[in-house]
Parts: sequence; C-alpha cells; structure tokens
Amino acid sequence: MAAVRALRSCSQTAGRLIRVHHIRPCSSVRFIKSKYMSIFDKSAFKFSHQHRSFRTSAISNGQIVQFKLSDIGEGITEVTVKEWYVKEGDSVSQFDSICEVQSDKASVTITSRYDGIIRKLHYNLDEIAYVGKPLVDIETDALKDVASEEDVVETPAVSHEEHTHQEIKGHKTLATPAVRRLAMENNIKLSEVVGTGKDNRILKEDILNYLAKQTGAILPPSPKPEIIPPLPKSKTVPAAPKDRGIKIPIPISKPIVFAGKDKTEAVIGFHKAMVKTMTAALKIPHFGYCDEIDLTQLVQLREELKPLAQVRGVKLSFMPFFIKAASLGLLHYPILNASVDENCQNITYKIGGTYAKPVILPPEVAIGALGKIQVLPRFNGNGEVFKAQIMNVSWSADHRIIDGATMARFSNLWKSYLENPASMLLDLK
Amino acid sequence: MVIPSSLKNCFQLFYVLKISAAGFKYTANRGLILQSVSSDVFQNLAVEDWIHDNMNLENRQVLFLWRNSPTVVIGRHQNPWQECNLKIMRKKNIKLARRRSGGGTVYHDLGNINFTFFTSKKKYERMENLKLVVRALKGLRPQLHVCATDRYDLLLDGNFKISGTAAKLGKTVAYHHCTLLCSADKINLSSVLKSPYKGIKSNATPSMPALVKNLFEEDPTLTCEMVMDAVAAEYARCHQIDHHITLINPADETVFPGINNKTKELQTWEWIYGKTPKFSISTCFNMVYEQSLLEAEVDIHVKHGRIEVCSIVLPEQWLPPAMCNELEKNLIGSKFCPSETTALASTLLRICPQSYELHSKWSLLCENVMTLM
Repeated sequence: MAAVRALRSCSQTAGRLIRVHHIRPCSSVRFIKSKYMSIFDKSAFKFSHQHRSFRTSAISNGQIVQFKLSDIGEGITEVTVKEWYVKEGDSVSQFDSICEVQSDKASVTITSRYDGIIRKLHYNLDEIAYVGKPLVDIETDALKDVASEEDVVETPAVSHEEHTHQEIKGHKTLATPAVRRLAMENNIKLSEVVGTGKDNRILKEDILNYLAKQTGAILPPSPKPEIIPPLPKSKTVPAAPKDRGIKIPIPISKPIVFAGKDKTEAVIGFHKAMVKTMTAALKIPHFGYCDEIDLTQLVQLREELKPLAQVRGVKLSFMPFFIKAASLGLLHYPILNASVDENCQNITYKIGGTYAKPVILPPEVAIGALGKIQVLPRFNGNGEVFKAQIMNVSWSADHRIIDGATMARFSNLWKSYLENPASMLLDLK
Repeated sequence: MVIPSSLKNCFQLFYVLKISAAGFKYTANRGLILQSVSSDVFQNLAVEDWIHDNMNLENRQVLFLWRNSPTVVIGRHQNPWQECNLKIMRKKNIKLARRRSGGGTVYHDLGNINFTFFTSKKKYERMENLKLVVRALKGLRPQLHVCATDRYDLLLDGNFKISGTAAKLGKTVAYHHCTLLCSADKINLSSVLKSPYKGIKSNATPSMPALVKNLFEEDPTLTCEMVMDAVAAEYARCHQIDHHITLINPADETVFPGINNKTKELQTWEWIYGKTPKFSISTCFNMVYEQSLLEAEVDIHVKHGRIEVCSIVLPEQWLPPAMCNELEKNLIGSKFCPSETTALASTLLRICPQSYELHSKWSLLCENVMTLM
C-alpha cells in the first residue's frame, strides 16, 4: 500500500526523487524506482545494468570471462597472432581492438566483446591461435549491490552530460581508431569519457580533458586552480552531485593540452650524441651571424629546371643550388675552406628544412643553419609589396679561426648567388 | 531520431555521389562501383580504411578500382628490409607503403590495377571475387587462359602470376583486394622486389616470389581502362546494380570526413617502418682501406623499427675501441634508417680526436653500416 501511494505522489512532483528514499528497500521498490525514473527520461535508464557505470574504481573481485576467438569465415580454424594491442592489466571497453591475427593473407582485427580488465593473454606473438578456443581472459565489472543503486537514484535531475554518458555506455562508443589508441595507451575506458563530437563521438580533446581531470585529482588541492581554468557558471552541474563522490564529466571551456604524469625517458641514440657534441662545442668560442635570403628567383628557376631534371631521373631540390653557391663563395674565402676540400661541405639543416642525400663529414669551422622557406611580403625596388620566398640562414663559426667580417662577407656573397642564380654562371670554374 | 554515424556517412557519400549521376540511385542501396582519380597510394589506401571504418555494408557491396604511381606495397606484418630493395627505391623515387591487409609484397605502377571488394564479414568470399575477375577477362578476350589457384592467385597460361590477393577483416566489414598486371614495368618490378640485405632473421610474413607476366604481353590491344570496365560490368551484372562507375577524389573531406588523417597516418615512419615485427641482422661486410681488406661483423636487433641491440666487431685496433663503443651505444634507440644514422655519425665525429685518418676510417665504417639499412 505504502509503495503504491509513494508511486502516485512521486509521479506528480517532478524532481522530488528524495521521496523514493523513504520506501523500504525491497524487490518491488526497485521495480517502482526504475519505472519512476522513466517518467523523467526514458533514455537515461534504458539499460539497467548501466548503474554500474557510476562506480569510479574497479572492484577486483569481478567475474573472469574467457573471450574465445570467434569464427573468421571461409572455414578457417587457426590463425597466427601477429600483434597484441593490450597487455595484462589494461582496461578495455567493448569494441576496443585486442589483437591482430593473420590467416592465409587475411589480417583480422579482433575486438573485445566485453568491458573490463585484461587478466590473461593466452598466446604469445607468432603463436597459433584456434577458433573457438580462449584468446584472452577479461575480468568484467561486478554487479552492484542495492545500497549503491539507491545512491544513484538519489541524484536530483541528472545533467545532460550524464545522460550522454549513459547512452554511450549502451551504444557503440564512437571514436576514431587514433582516439581509441590514445585512450588505450593511457588506460582510459572510453565509456567513462564524455564525447563532445558529432553523435557524442569521443574526440582527442575529450581524452585530454579527461586526463587533465585525472591529474588534477592526484595533485594536492592547492595547485589545482592554476592547472584547471575556472569554470564559467553556466556550465556547472547542479550542486548536489559533487559530494556523492560520483565523477560527472564537466566540459571545460578551454581545452588543456596536459600530458598527464611526467614521463622519464632515457636519452638515446641521436639525442645522446648531440648532448656530447654540444657539451664539447661549448668549449669552443662560437659566434653567430644571421641573415634572410630572398629566394623568389631561385624558386622560379627550380620550377623551370624541375622537368628537365626529371627527364634525367633526378629529383631537383634546393640542395644543389645551396651547395654550388657555397662552393663558389668559398673560392673567394678559402679560410672557411680551411680543413676541408670542395666536396666536403657540411651544411646542417634546422628542423623544418630538408636534405637530399646525407653524407658523413669531418668537423667544420662553420655551420650554416637554414630555416624553412616562407612566403612573406616584401617591398621591391618600386616600393610595391610583392610575395617573396624568404629563407633565414644562421651561420655559426669557430671564432678561433674565423672573424666576423669574413663570415659576413661570405654570407653576403652566398646570398647574392642565391638571390640572383644567373650570377653563378659568371663565376663557374 | 538517432542515426548511427556509419549509416549517416553512408548517406552522405551516396548523397554527394547522387548529384553527379542520374539513375543510379535506385540500386545505390545494393551496391556501388567507385574509381579513384588519384594515383597516390596513401590516399587510395586511406579510402579503403575509410570505407572499412565508416560504411554500413550489411546489405550492400562496394567495388573500388584504383591504380598507383610506382610503389612497393608490403603486407601488414612484413619486413621491408626482407622484401624489397630500399636503396634502389630511394634512388628511383619509388614509394614504400604498408597496407592494413595481410599477405605478401607487390609492386604497383599505372600498369597495374587494384580491385577492392567490400562486403559485410558474413559475405566475405575471396574465391567468388576472383572468379568474377576471371569471367570478366574471359568475356573480354575469350582466348585468354586465366585461372585462380587455391592460394588465391590468378595465373596466366597456368604458369605466370598476374594477380595476388590480400584481405582485411574488421568488426563487421571485410575487404578483399587483389592486383592485376596489365602493362606494368617488369624490369622495375624484379629489381625492387629483390632484397639485397643479408643475414636477416625474422618472423615476419615472407613473400613467395613468382614468375609474372602482363596481360598486355598476351594481347597488346588490352588496356587498363578496358579491363577495369570489364570487371565493373561483370560486378554490376552479378550484384544486379547499375553498371556505373563513380569517380571519387580521396582528398575530398566533404565526401570522406576524416580521410586526410588516415592518409597522414599511413605515411608516418611509425606505420611504414615501425610496424615491422622485431628482427635481427647478423652479417659481415668487407671494407677496403688503403689497399688492405678488412672484415667487420655486425649483429643488430631491431624492434618497432628502432635498434635495440647493436654489436660491431672490427679488426683489432683498426679503430680505437672507445670510438666503436660510442657508435654502438648511440645507435641503440636510434631508428634503423640511413638518414638518422648519418646524422648520428656526423655528430659523434665532432667529439672524436681530430685526426684525418680516424675520420676517414669512421666514415668508411659508418657508410658500410648504413648499407645494411
């Protein structure tokens, strides 16, 4: 009787969910609760098992499900495991990629049927896996008890974001493979991320925001305001949910590019060598000289010569021009040519430039760093603005051997060759 | 109403294409024949990715026709160092691409036609597709002796391979694609598909070398256009759809939203080289220095395209051991790539003792190590 009365009065007053609290917890009550909720918003509790999604931590005593390798078609019974996308301990969502297997020229991506945590991989790389036999063991989420369900129901008028959250859980989580990988690499369950893209698609920004919030939770309270920008009032969710310990994703106005925890990486390979070199280089007195070069004419010349070069099977880049100009310039300033001959010019390119064929060269007395070619407005002889192809060059020379004036003169000569390519013809040897 | 995104994209594609073609809309919901206007392998592979990820093929099928400028395409789980001659490819500007489907390595150029048959996973049937191609060819030139093997190859006159197959199966969509040699450059083909690299130990999928022939050699009147049209006609007949080929531009984001990201991903070093299953190279090479012949032994382990273990053994005291150790130590973590190794070697040279002899020995050693890459 009491139950029936409660139902009627509840249905009249929207937002007074608290009423439900007074009803004795029993099976019939649960039935009433879910019916009641549906008056507000049918979609919110379409999938009753989604109540579990409000848990923020995984319970370790969930059930282990053996995910078997499903039928691949064409009567295939065995495949080779070629790549694992997950490892033991990773969280997966339904439809996340688990591994790549190959059979007779067909590569198959196996995706998860369950949400949960990977507990065991049954095969190593290059082993043969059998259709119908277990591929991985997944620990799925445990069922919630009654008390927790009441907590969920207590929440007053759920925010729009929560609905989205729950809907996503039931449907295919929409996210591009790149976003999924990002989530997987950071051990994020896609079901816990709110998508702000089309059709609630999860975008990269959503993952980054989620990560930022995670980090915010780990860090001590005081630095928090500096890291997360203050939320505009209009976007905050109604007050009550916060103290329930339930994570409600709040869209932050400015996307934070926050990588999360600090990563310590060993300095390896090329970088290690650079560290050594730079330390040694600092012992040598260097000076720098910068200039910008107008390559408009050169760009045009190269465009004209490109088809001719192609006929000869050569891809014409700017490198040959730079080198030729440099070698002609060095004829006039042999000091810069001190320990090397014409063929061994070393020109180091800054990031943004390109180089054709790399050649190993002995140490040099001067390095030229070439920036990328940009189209910039410049004034011509008539005072008109035109589109110029500008490249910056920065020379660094060993001051023990080279003096500033020589460097400047060489640079100017090199610059004049490149700005007027035809002049190179006059000085050819 | 919530329309699943995949269906929406499908509608979008059909809607955009509808405008350019009259009368085909009636059968568009049963099947489509698409042909790419691009000869860029990465753009075309991205179209396959896009259709695989976005189209709902529950009750419809798609045929995609495409050709590429000179490229070597390796299978998903293959090792490019094992499969092709990267040096010649770099010199001749022949691209390298890794596709998402399995199988072996093939050479593409404009004389080779690629067919991709998209179906739902349930309707995935490679032999049927190949029989379709054979029927189309026989219809075009009845005297052609073409047949399919149980390895899903197509053979001309029972001896020469004219087509190879590969496939990719996803959650709900599957595609089977195959090549067809019409008038490809066989000299290029045989030179690039021969690996010069010795001493590679790897679990990557190996390719099966085969004698190849062009259809053009059997019948010089055949052209790629004729063959593509014949296959399209047979496809239309089998699936009872309009024989209409819709041209598509793989760079058009309005028709294929998100496709440019896919194209970019396929071109990254991490995908092309980094996805190589781990392998090792154990070999030796000879160096000539001032009229003496020297032998060096190398043992390099590569994982995700980067050097994990590196050991270089040289004749005693030819180079100070410290220098050799520096090289080995610094190569670890570096990409297994000649450009990166050059940069590394040049950099290290600056901190070594400044002697002409040491520098030339160092250069010689590094250049030889680079020939392995």
